[in-house]
Amino acid sequence: MPTSVPLNWYLILSAILFGLGIAGFVFRRNIITVFMSIELMLNAVNLSFISFSYQLRHVDGHIFSFFVMVVAAAEAAVGLAIILTVFKNRATLAIDDVSSMKN
Amino acid sequence: MQHLWLIPLLPLAGFLINGLIGKRLPNFPVSVIAVASVALSFGWVLKTLSALGPLETAHVEHYYTWFQSGTLNVGVDLAVDRLTAVMLLVVTGVGLLIHIYAIGYMAHEGGYYRFFSYMNLFMFFMLTLVLGANFLLMFVGWEGVGLCSYLLIGFYTLKKSAGDAAKKAFIVNRIGDFGFSLAMFLVVVNFGSLDFQKVFDAVRPMPVEQSAGLLTAIALLFFVGATGKSAQVPLYVWLPDAMEGPTPVSALIHAATMVTAGVYMTARASVIFERSPMAMDVVAVVGVVTAAMAATIGITQFDIKKVFAYSTVSQLGYMFIACGAGAFSAGIYHLVTHAFFKALLFLGAGSVIHALGGEQDLRHMGGLMKKIPITFGVLACAWLAISGVPGFSGFYSKDEILMAAHHSSPWIYWVGVVTAGMTAFYVSRAMFLCFFGSYRGHHHPHESPFVMWGPLGVLAVLSVIGGWCFNVPHYLAPMFPLAEGAHDETLVYISVAFGLGGIALAFLMYVVSPGIPDVIANALGPIYRLVYHKYLVDELYGAVIVSPLVNGSRALLWRFMDAGLIDGIVNGTATMSRTVGGVLRLFQSGSIRSYAAWVTVGCVVLLMVLGVMAGGVQ
Amino acid sequence: MDAILFLLFAAIAVACGINLVVQTHPISSALSLIGVMASLAVLYLLLGAEFMAAAQMIVYAGAIMVLFVFTIMLLNAGAEQRKGKSIIAKVLGVPALIAFLGLVSFLIQSLLPRSEEVKFGAFTGGTAQAIGKKLFTEYLLPFEVTSVLILVAILGAVVLARKEI
Repeated sequence: MPTSVPLNWYLILSAILFGLGIAGFVFRRNIITVFMSIELMLNAVNLSFISFSYQLRHVDGHIFSFFVMVVAAAEAAVGLAIILTVFKNRATLAIDDVSSMKN
Repeated sequence: MQHLWLIPLLPLAGFLINGLIGKRLPNFPVSVIAVASVALSFGWVLKTLSALGPLETAHVEHYYTWFQSGTLNVGVDLAVDRLTAVMLLVVTGVGLLIHIYAIGYMAHEGGYYRFFSYMNLFMFFMLTLVLGANFLLMFVGWEGVGLCSYLLIGFYTLKKSAGDAAKKAFIVNRIGDFGFSLAMFLVVVNFGSLDFQKVFDAVRPMPVEQSAGLLTAIALLFFVGATGKSAQVPLYVWLPDAMEGPTPVSALIHAATMVTAGVYMTARASVIFERSPMAMDVVAVVGVVTAAMAATIGITQFDIKKVFAYSTVSQLGYMFIACGAGAFSAGIYHLVTHAFFKALLFLGAGSVIHALGGEQDLRHMGGLMKKIPITFGVLACAWLAISGVPGFSGFYSKDEILMAAHHSSPWIYWVGVVTAGMTAFYVSRAMFLCFFGSYRGHHHPHESPFVMWGPLGVLAVLSVIGGWCFNVPHYLAPMFPLAEGAHDETLVYISVAFGLGGIALAFLMYVVSPGIPDVIANALGPIYRLVYHKYLVDELYGAVIVSPLVNGSRALLWRFMDAGLIDGIVNGTATMSRTVGGVLRLFQSGSIRSYAAWVTVGCVVLLMVLGVMAGGVQ
Repeated sequence: MDAILFLLFAAIAVACGINLVVQTHPISSALSLIGVMASLAVLYLLLGAEFMAAAQMIVYAGAIMVLFVFTIMLLNAGAEQRKGKSIIAKVLGVPALIAFLGLVSFLIQSLLPRSEEVKFGAFTGGTAQAIGKKLFTEYLLPFEVTSVLILVAILGAVVLARKEI
């Protein structure tokens, strides 16, 4: 058993989580779950930012993921408000039913 | 500087005003603008000519360089010499009278402003043609008058025959214009200039060509242009049809001015023609053939305007006989007197037609002498003038021409004399059918207003005195030396005898015993019908030239090129876009999840590319 | 020790991620996401990002996820119905996802062949002090702009969530 792991593993973990986020986004129909998948993808990206920051011994990556976090918070506030409105108007959370863009 | 540019630009201003705002104006201001612009132009011509004095040499004004290409330098230059002076007076003078006449004639027709703006535009181009100091400017006017002729023949836009006649005139003239262009190319290539002065100065030292050469080619090509514009064999067919236009147009364009442009051009290029006896012979022969042929057709026609149209063709033939015989000044002389009496004939015919409410068929006229006496009086002057009765204007000019013809080749003289007899006959026939005997129509005739017969009166006076009052050959003597040789009195008597004989014969056949013409027509049967149907020339052209062109265009250009090839390409493009779009629109499902899937696929592809590139780097 | 911690929390993160995707009920997904975030916070600590680890727990796992859970409760969202509408998503999604993971892993391995071993404490630049200094000097303008962004987001949320829209 090695005492430590290479940085690559962190990056691969980030990729796996990102892929899971994509899977959630593509396969799930519930709009809230889809939104959470997006948060998962953001987290995966944050992990790779911090990993690179470690590699470079530089704090800029942290700052960047800090901003990502801020944006995610703002996005969650607005996004959930939109979900509420959609639900109020259509009484559904299934993303396939909200397809007025199609016509 | 005499500001020659004012002469053509005044009618152009009239055209612009009437063309742009005439539609909103009542008739009166429109006619005032149109007539005033021509009157001012006429006045400016008089002022210029009096200021320029005897005009021994040409007065040239250079305004600016139109274009410069290599050594060729074409300027907008206007020039006045004695030949131009004569033409200017005829064009603006007769043009002014016809404009005044048209005020009355067109009063009840639609498109009043359109008519007068076209007429003003015509004056502009005609004056450009006459004043231009180089071949190209002349050609601009040449084409412009063709355009106006087209517009005015087809003035009654709702009549299909008028539109067809306009197209015919335009297309037939194209053939002539093509010859003109080729002649200009030859001039540019060989003399490096288009200025009259430079070209003629270069030609003068050249020897007379005994066999066909460069000058013959140039002269003949110019003459092709002249046959088109001046309605000579074989391109005369458009002029009789051109009578579809309003009568003032027939008088102004198709009798007095535009159709004489070919004669003017031939006289202008006389230096070239004189050095090619062969071309001169061609001109004379074409002239004499045209004169005789058109006169025979004129005898058989019943439409009063058609009779005068063939008469015009015939008289233009006379002018070319003069040119071909080397008596250019006689040709111009006849041009001037013809402008007077033929304009008068047409305007008088217009007055008759006006009086009869649009009737043009001679068979439905008759006995109008008492009903419209003024019209009869003025028409009689023109009648006697064209018949060559001594003392009237036509006598002098025709006499000059026949004398010159006899001087160069007697057979032309004899044909000319016979034609003169026929001319007298058919005009007399028209007059007798129209004014003598008993009235055969139904419409109640009424005399034309003063605004119409006023100009007619002026023209009548000119038709009578124009011959001895304006001695054109004498005036043009510095440019075209007077023919030497004694004035043979016998020849004059012969031609006068033929003219009076023609009148007498017509009097016998149409007044004394009106049954004779039918007897003769029946006796001559096929020949009469051939002449009555204008020697079937239109049918011949239709079969030989028009229908092969039409059929070829239909099969090759339309069916194959246009419908098959070009439409195929266009439709093919549309079909292809549609097919591709049909496939692409499947992607636009409207389902966000499938979009996300596609984005993922795109990412994968990008990563693959990135991997390949990274592998390549390492 | 580092390796054990990494493997443990990576395994938790992946397991929770899979659970997020697989669960049909949104509240289960939300709880799984919290698990992912918590284990990620531990990994941040391992990478020497102590401020970010704290922020991850407080902002993400705390504030944002609470918002999610509130919304789920408010809408009384139940398990989603299984009715496939988007076939393309299934047909394309799974192979594309596998290809994506494979490619990314390959690229990471090939582009960073000799990345260093991660040792806890080897990098200590991620303290609150260090980040604060950066934020209020070098990144002052973006930081202030984010405050405007959040203000706009608050206003937007208020407008959207009003009764009648």
